[in-house]
Amino acid sequence: MIVYSVYIVSKSGGLIFNYDHTVSKVEVEQTFSYPLEFKLVNENKRVIVSFGQRDGIIVGHVLMSVNGISLTGQQLDDGKDVFEVLENSENYPVSLKFGRPKMTTNEKIFLASMFYPLFAIASQLSPEPKSSGIEILETDTFKLHCFQTLTGVKFMVVAEPTDIKLDVLLNRIYELYADYVLKNPFYSLEMPIRCELFDQNLQLLLEQVEKSGLANI
Amino acid sequence: MARQTTKLDTKKVSAELFTLTYGALVTRLLKDYENIDDVNKQLERMGYNIGIRLIEDFLAKTNCGRCYDFRDTAEKIQLAFRTYLGVFPQVSNWSAANDEFSLLFDNNPLTEFVELPDHCLNLKYSNIFAGILRGACEMVQMEVTSWFVQDQLKGDNITELRIKFIKKLEDAIPVGED
Repeated sequence: MIVYSVYIVSKSGGLIFNYDHTVSKVEVEQTFSYPLEFKLVNENKRVIVSFGQRDGIIVGHVLMSVNGISLTGQQLDDGKDVFEVLENSENYPVSLKFGRPKMTTNEKIFLASMFYPLFAIASQLSPEPKSSGIEILETDTFKLHCFQTLTGVKFMVVAEPTDIKLDVLLNRIYELYADYVLKNPFYSLEMPIRCELFDQNLQLLLEQVEKSGLANI
Repeated sequence: MARQTTKLDTKKVSAELFTLTYGALVTRLLKDYENIDDVNKQLERMGYNIGIRLIEDFLAKTNCGRCYDFRDTAEKIQLAFRTYLGVFPQVSNWSAANDEFSLLFDNNPLTEFVELPDHCLNLKYSNIFAGILRGACEMVQMEVTSWFVQDQLKGDNITELRIKFIKKLEDAIPVGED
C-alpha cells in the first residue's frame, strides 16, 4: 500500500495541511548538441517541454538546470536568460536536467479550494436527498480517498489505486489530528497546521501502513 | 482525563492533580476578577474553548454518528462524561417536548475537596462543564445551553446540570452531511 500524500481541508474550505509522503523522483540529465530536437516554452513561470518527446524527456517535464546552474522562471541563477543561452550555438554542447514538475504550495491551496465545490456538486447530483459528497475519486494512477467529519473538516489521502478501503487510515489520521493538533493549546482553529508532533506521528503511521498494511494500525 | 481504550495513549494523570489544578484555576480567577459573575463567565468561556476542540477527539475515538434527536445527544453527553471524567451521570427529568433534560451527578470530580466560603455563594464552581457542552454541541451544529439547578457545594444532595436544546445551526451543517 503506497500513500502519496495527505491533505486536510478546514470547515471553510481552506487547505490547512498537506504532506507529501512518497514522491517518485524522475530526473534526467543529458548533454545535447545544437540544435535542440524539442521545443521548450515558458508556462506558468516554468520552462517546460512542449513538443518532441524523446528518451526519458517527457512532454510536460520542467527544465531544472542548465550546465548545473538551476533556474527560476526563465532566468538562470547567473542572470542569463535560458532561451537566449539555448538559441546561441556557441554555448553547445550543453547539459540539461529535466524533471517532473513539483506542485507549489500555492497550487495545492488552489486545487484544494477547487475540490470543495466539486464535493458539494457531487452531493447534489444524488438521486436521493442528503447524499454524502465525494468519498473516492479514481484515476489511472491514483485513488483519492476523502473523509468528512461531522464538524466539516475533510481529510484526504492520495494513494495508489487498490480496492482496499482506507477508512481505517483516515480515521487514524483524524485521531492524530484530534490529539496532536487540537490538543496543542497554541494551535488556533482553522489555521494552517504547523505542529511537529503531528508531522512525526503522521509519518510514522504512513510508514507503518506501507510496511505492514492496514491490518494493525 | 485518561482514555482506557486507545492503544496510543496509556498515560494517565492522577485525578487528584486534575482536581487540584482546577481548584487553583478557579481561585486564581477569583483573585483576578472582583465580580463573581465575571468568574462564572470566564469559566464558561474556557469551557467553550475546550469543547470546540474536545468534540473532535470524542468523534475520532468513539466513531459516533450524527444525533437524530435530543435523546441521542443525551446519551452521547453521558458517554463523554464517562470517557473523560470517569463519572456516570444519570439522564433524567425530561421535559414534555423532549428538548430539555438533567444530568444527575452523585459525585463530581471537580469538587471533591471543595468547600465554598460564604463570600462566594454565587460562584458556579463547575461552570466549565456548561461551556464545554456549548462548545462541543456548537461544532456539531447544535445550539444548547446549560445551567446548574442543584449543587452539592451548596448543600444539595446531588448535583444537577440542566441542558436545553435551542436550535440546530442549519447554515453551519457541512455539505454532503445528512
